[in-house]
Amino acid sequence: MEIKKKATAGTLESSDIFVQVEPNDNGIEINITSIVYNQFGEDIERTVREVLSEFGVNSVKIQLKDRGAVECAIRARIETALKRAEGMED
Amino acid sequence: MNKVVKSIKEAITLCGLKDGMRISFHHHLRNGDHVINMVMEEIANMGYRDLTVNASSVFDIHAPLITHIKNNVVTGLEVNYMGAAVGREVSSGIMQKPVDFRSHGGRPSDIENGKTPIDIAFIAAPSSDNMGNCSGKYGKSACGSLGYAFVDAMNAKKVVVITDNLVEYPLYDFSIQETYVDYVVCVDKIGDPTGIVSGTTKITRDPVGLMMASYATKVIQSSGLLKDGFSFQTGAGGASLAVAKYLKDIMLKENIKGSFGMGGITSYLVDMLEAGCFETLMDVQCFDLRAVQSIRDNPRHREVTASHYASPSAKSAIVDNLDVVILGATQIDTDFNVNVHTDSNGFIMGGSGGHSDTAAGAKLTMIVAPLTRARLSIVVDKVLCVSTPGNTVDVLVTQRGIAVNPRRGDLKERLLASGLPVVDIHDLKRIADGITGVPKEVKLGSKTVANVIYRDGTVIDKIKNTL
Repeated sequence: MEIKKKATAGTLESSDIFVQVEPNDNGIEINITSIVYNQFGEDIERTVREVLSEFGVNSVKIQLKDRGAVECAIRARIETALKRAEGMED
Repeated sequence: MNKVVKSIKEAITLCGLKDGMRISFHHHLRNGDHVINMVMEEIANMGYRDLTVNASSVFDIHAPLITHIKNNVVTGLEVNYMGAAVGREVSSGIMQKPVDFRSHGGRPSDIENGKTPIDIAFIAAPSSDNMGNCSGKYGKSACGSLGYAFVDAMNAKKVVVITDNLVEYPLYDFSIQETYVDYVVCVDKIGDPTGIVSGTTKITRDPVGLMMASYATKVIQSSGLLKDGFSFQTGAGGASLAVAKYLKDIMLKENIKGSFGMGGITSYLVDMLEAGCFETLMDVQCFDLRAVQSIRDNPRHREVTASHYASPSAKSAIVDNLDVVILGATQIDTDFNVNVHTDSNGFIMGGSGGHSDTAAGAKLTMIVAPLTRARLSIVVDKVLCVSTPGNTVDVLVTQRGIAVNPRRGDLKERLLASGLPVVDIHDLKRIADGITGVPKEVKLGSKTVANVIYRDGTVIDKIKNTL
């Protein structure tokens, strides 16, 4: 999948996550802030890499502002942001 | 004779403040309080150092304390509760000496028995006359009960009343009487009314909160305690208030005449008093405007002192006669120990208040909390801080099930007989971990930043610095 434009998904409500993706020239750039970083920082990064790999994304700048979302919510928000960035939905 | 002096500065000088002394404050003006900041700024400007501040609680509005700590104006801190603003700094290790946390009952006990003798008490009073007869029930900064301040007034070597509503002598409906007061200072404003009391406290509309409240109410019903003479305490959280509302409906329908409501009084407990659910309210602190109005106008709504409320060394205290108390938790472990001092990262953001006092006294101590908050389980293997020991906690109510302390097999039988979803607390933890994933353990430092002093005087936990 190619990231064609900047797109976002999610909110900053408690238990949600805000995801922003944008085109990137060289590879995958991940930036995570999380209120549960001490407990789940590594898990969140692994989830991000898994979803990117599932969608065949090789180049993206992805920012995540996590307010304590569970894994399925993180996956769903990333997936939506990616589809919006590709222009599959708006 | 006239005790009114021109300024806080003059009162400080007349009281003979010296470096190293212990001064005290109450927290009835909560997050609207201006008095701690006014007095401490004056003390700092006058060049004093090395003071110990003994305050029943400090809130986020008291963030200027951080500067006084960094400048060594304040080198000791003794509180029952500390908001996150000051708590975060204390956790990061800005104080040489650990903070001493007590409970609402432990503080007056230690002031009375001389463990923490107060040199000067500064008492914010929404109304006072020129001799220091004072009250929280009247004036633009009215807060209702002055329950936590009595022990300061009655035991400090010097007592300064600070008011923004000086009235004709005598203020007949006084709470604290002139016999204890040395000086009275009148200032423009002792606080911000919007931070002192909530205009309204509202029950939750969150379906998870309502479900927890419904379970909690059924637990009380099934416990056998909900009958004539019933006594009850709950907090101001949305789910706790929903329990009060559900209980009221049941008590009216079944014509149950309770004895007293205790608190932390909100409009929901006032409703219960007025509807005849209770004979009286015992009020150490008002949470909203309706409670302030009620304590002023309804003789059955009584102001009580912190000692009367919860002191472990009093000949008796109200908590010892409490049937049911509903409490919160940031964490509870599989031994039912509860943390209300620190958040899940170990930062100080609270304190016992009356948590451990009521838990020790009540026949049924119930923790009501959602099983997870923002990807963190309430139930953990070991709490980061023991605020209330597990042997005083009877039951945990979550939206995913109710865990009963194994010490209370009798209660478990009753709840099962009522068809309630009783689960083992270890199973609750497994359910939570299934939702959130297994969290990495939080690492803390080796420096003690606070001692948690239980109501019997023992240090039940030491809070370590965050990294």
